[in-house]
Amino acid sequence: MTFVRRAGFGLLAPVIAVVIAMLATSIVIVASGSDSGVGDFWRIILAKPPNRILVNIVNQTTMIYLAAVAAAVGFRMNLFNIGVEGQYLLASYVAATFAGAGLLPGPVNVVGGLVIAVVVGAAWAGIAGVLRVTRGVSEVIGTIMLNSIAGILVGYLLDRYGIHGGNQVRTHTLSQGSQVPGWTPFTAADGAVWALDLLAVAVGIGFWVLLNRTRFGFDLRATGMSQSAAVASGINVKRMVLVAMLLSGGVAGLIWMPAFYGSAYTYGTTFQAGLGFTGIAVALLGRNQPVGMIFGAVLFAFLTAQSNSLTLQTDISASVVLITQGVAVLAVVVAYELVRRYRTRLEQRAVAQVSPDPTREGVAA
Amino acid sequence: MAELAARDADEAVRAPEVRLAGIGKRFPGVVANHDVDMVITPGTVHALVGENGAGKSTLMKILYGVQKPDDGTIVVDGKERSFRSPTDAIAAGIGMVFQHFMLADNLTALENAVLGAERLHGIGDRARSEFTAISQRFGFDLDPDVMVEALGVADRQRLEILKVLYRGARLIILDEPTAVLVPQEVDALFENLRDLRKHGHSVLFISHKLDEVLAIADDITVMRRGTSVGSAVPGEVTKRQLAEMMVGSELPTPETSESTVTDVVQLALRSVTLTDDAGRDLLADISLEIHRGEILGIAGVEGNGQAELVETVMGMRTPTSGRILLGDRDVTGWDTRRLREAGVGYIPEDRHRHGLLLDSPLWENRILGHQTRRPSTRGPWIDRAGARHDTERIVADYDVRTPGIDTVARALSGGNQQKLIIGREMSGDPVLLIASHPTRGVDVGAQAAIWGHIERARSAGLAVLLVSADLDELIGLSDRIEVILRGRLVAGFDPSAVTLQELGTAMTGGDS
Repeated sequence: MTFVRRAGFGLLAPVIAVVIAMLATSIVIVASGSDSGVGDFWRIILAKPPNRILVNIVNQTTMIYLAAVAAAVGFRMNLFNIGVEGQYLLASYVAATFAGAGLLPGPVNVVGGLVIAVVVGAAWAGIAGVLRVTRGVSEVIGTIMLNSIAGILVGYLLDRYGIHGGNQVRTHTLSQGSQVPGWTPFTAADGAVWALDLLAVAVGIGFWVLLNRTRFGFDLRATGMSQSAAVASGINVKRMVLVAMLLSGGVAGLIWMPAFYGSAYTYGTTFQAGLGFTGIAVALLGRNQPVGMIFGAVLFAFLTAQSNSLTLQTDISASVVLITQGVAVLAVVVAYELVRRYRTRLEQRAVAQVSPDPTREGVAA
Repeated sequence: MAELAARDADEAVRAPEVRLAGIGKRFPGVVANHDVDMVITPGTVHALVGENGAGKSTLMKILYGVQKPDDGTIVVDGKERSFRSPTDAIAAGIGMVFQHFMLADNLTALENAVLGAERLHGIGDRARSEFTAISQRFGFDLDPDVMVEALGVADRQRLEILKVLYRGARLIILDEPTAVLVPQEVDALFENLRDLRKHGHSVLFISHKLDEVLAIADDITVMRRGTSVGSAVPGEVTKRQLAEMMVGSELPTPETSESTVTDVVQLALRSVTLTDDAGRDLLADISLEIHRGEILGIAGVEGNGQAELVETVMGMRTPTSGRILLGDRDVTGWDTRRLREAGVGYIPEDRHRHGLLLDSPLWENRILGHQTRRPSTRGPWIDRAGARHDTERIVADYDVRTPGIDTVARALSGGNQQKLIIGREMSGDPVLLIASHPTRGVDVGAQAAIWGHIERARSAGLAVLLVSADLDELIGLSDRIEVILRGRLVAGFDPSAVTLQELGTAMTGGDS
């Protein structure tokens, strides 16, 4: 199959899904009987974003993308790491505490913080991995519980060791020498595109290379497609489960780092929660493909950022875009399966043209 | 109770008469059934026999409404029916017990029977008395309140039969019911089946064990390669005649060629024992040797330890005791990858589950099992060019019919998938090949080609462990045959001197 045809098939399902999601959203808006019409909704959502929102979309996209890659590493081998949320929560807190303490000078402190984030994320995911491998505990259950434990743990540690000010509590602020704000494309008021957004680019490329060009990536995909065939081919599935969990958690640890080093500088009310679950949805939408998830991340970041204008200009709730996002994820799963079957049928026809089906001859004999 | 007793006495049950005519079912690349005709007379035990892959299970799924036929008609009591789901089949009085039981372990026997059929007799006393009545009428002797997890295999099977009776089935389909039972349990099952028949039920009994079929059946339909090839009545037909109908005399048999056996031992098993978690011996004290250039055939009734033997040699299971030697190296406890790197090729029994990544292109399937060796990989990197080039070679040399190496494996027919696997496993100069049912479910042409490849590799010095249910294949290819029974090697034969009868006797562990 040519590259163009393959790309065409790859795009078919998401396009169908987005169209269905737009239709469903429109129906909901009509049915809810708001004063503003469907037209207003789409006019606002699809308007060219102002500069400030554009910067925000870029920054959000990279964090969502990191979360999606973290989820996808597990998904590619049918390992459902639902705990991305807890892994990056704990990793963000520990890394912020470490970096805030200023034990290392300037840029070294940045690298040190990132390493800590990766290690903590990996370790937290690794607990679920070890439980799965040694005790047979489903990683879904393990990671969900660890999400909850991470939340309680961070709350306790922050309360115990954090800086209390007013009714807020936070970690020590990052020293100026370790801040990495990034690049200001417009005016300072419109904000900066964080420098560590480049982490997402690096992770995306790394994920693609790992999947498509390395033996480990092949083993990972093979295990995901058929565990029985993987075992027969000599893959140590238990080891793969553990390594994939560690990798997934490690990437999860990085999710909030661009924001931390770019503008937050402290872990407190500035922390953006919920990215882990968004990442899971985007991984599904992008079919766990490095390139596909870019589109998914942009779509989610775009819809969320644009929806803020809804409350100002219409009486439609900004939460309506959650319906668009949700329906898109549901529809894409169905659409991918339909496209896959259609492709298989095309290929079988192509095979049949090469050889008049020998099985049929055999039966007739 | 009085009502039940009355029903018991006058045997009110009348099983439906079922006529299948011209049934056909095609799957992509495979014709599972074509032109199947069969008549099931009410109140009889009807046996459907055929080799694995002959299309028996597909036919039963069609009759039970799990799959829709592409051609043909199903006539029940004179009326043509089209079953869209098992619910329709049950409504027509047809029930099925699958080979793999569908019971909830954490519910009681009664709850399992009632589950999903609550509307028939409620969930209270009426359900209980119906359960007990059925259990007594057919001598099932099942306690309604026992947890299913506490039941043995035979009791579970009786419960499955009770479940379909509870739903009002009068024709009961049993898919290879004896495969999971020990001989005494088989006798007990047959007693139950005779009771069912006495009360007017019909039983459709699927099997490939001819002794059992001759012992229990009133009518026999034989299937081969997707179609019904004949019917017979026990007493008028011998086991041998049935076997010939099943296998088909026109089938090619591999030609025994000149021996290439050397005196170098390539694989040796020394008292290998494999015990399961419950402490039962899956393999008991197995010792064997395969020389370079030799094919050792393993014959046996399925489920007697062949799969476990293969998995143990392949490093997927670790023997409880005993040693495994590859050449002069002790490889006991090696994992699968290490063994493969040491030159062990593996043709698995179930190519879809163990041999292929069905949704991956052929060239990626070339890498599977060879992830650590050239030309597929180079260090930690996948060598795309190398793998693709070598896949082209396999496609050409092994006559894999495909439009290209980017086609996904699923699109190929069974024979072509198998040829790809054989080509792959013969790559990288293996020293030992483990071949499990290498020609199962492939067409005649591919079968001959596969035999040719194995024989050529043997002449080049390959040692082969061949496990097969096809006795002609075993006799034709092997240099020696060992018979496995309940995890033990019980007899050895010279294929040039052995008869099918002798093998069959050894395989069943008794006098025929």
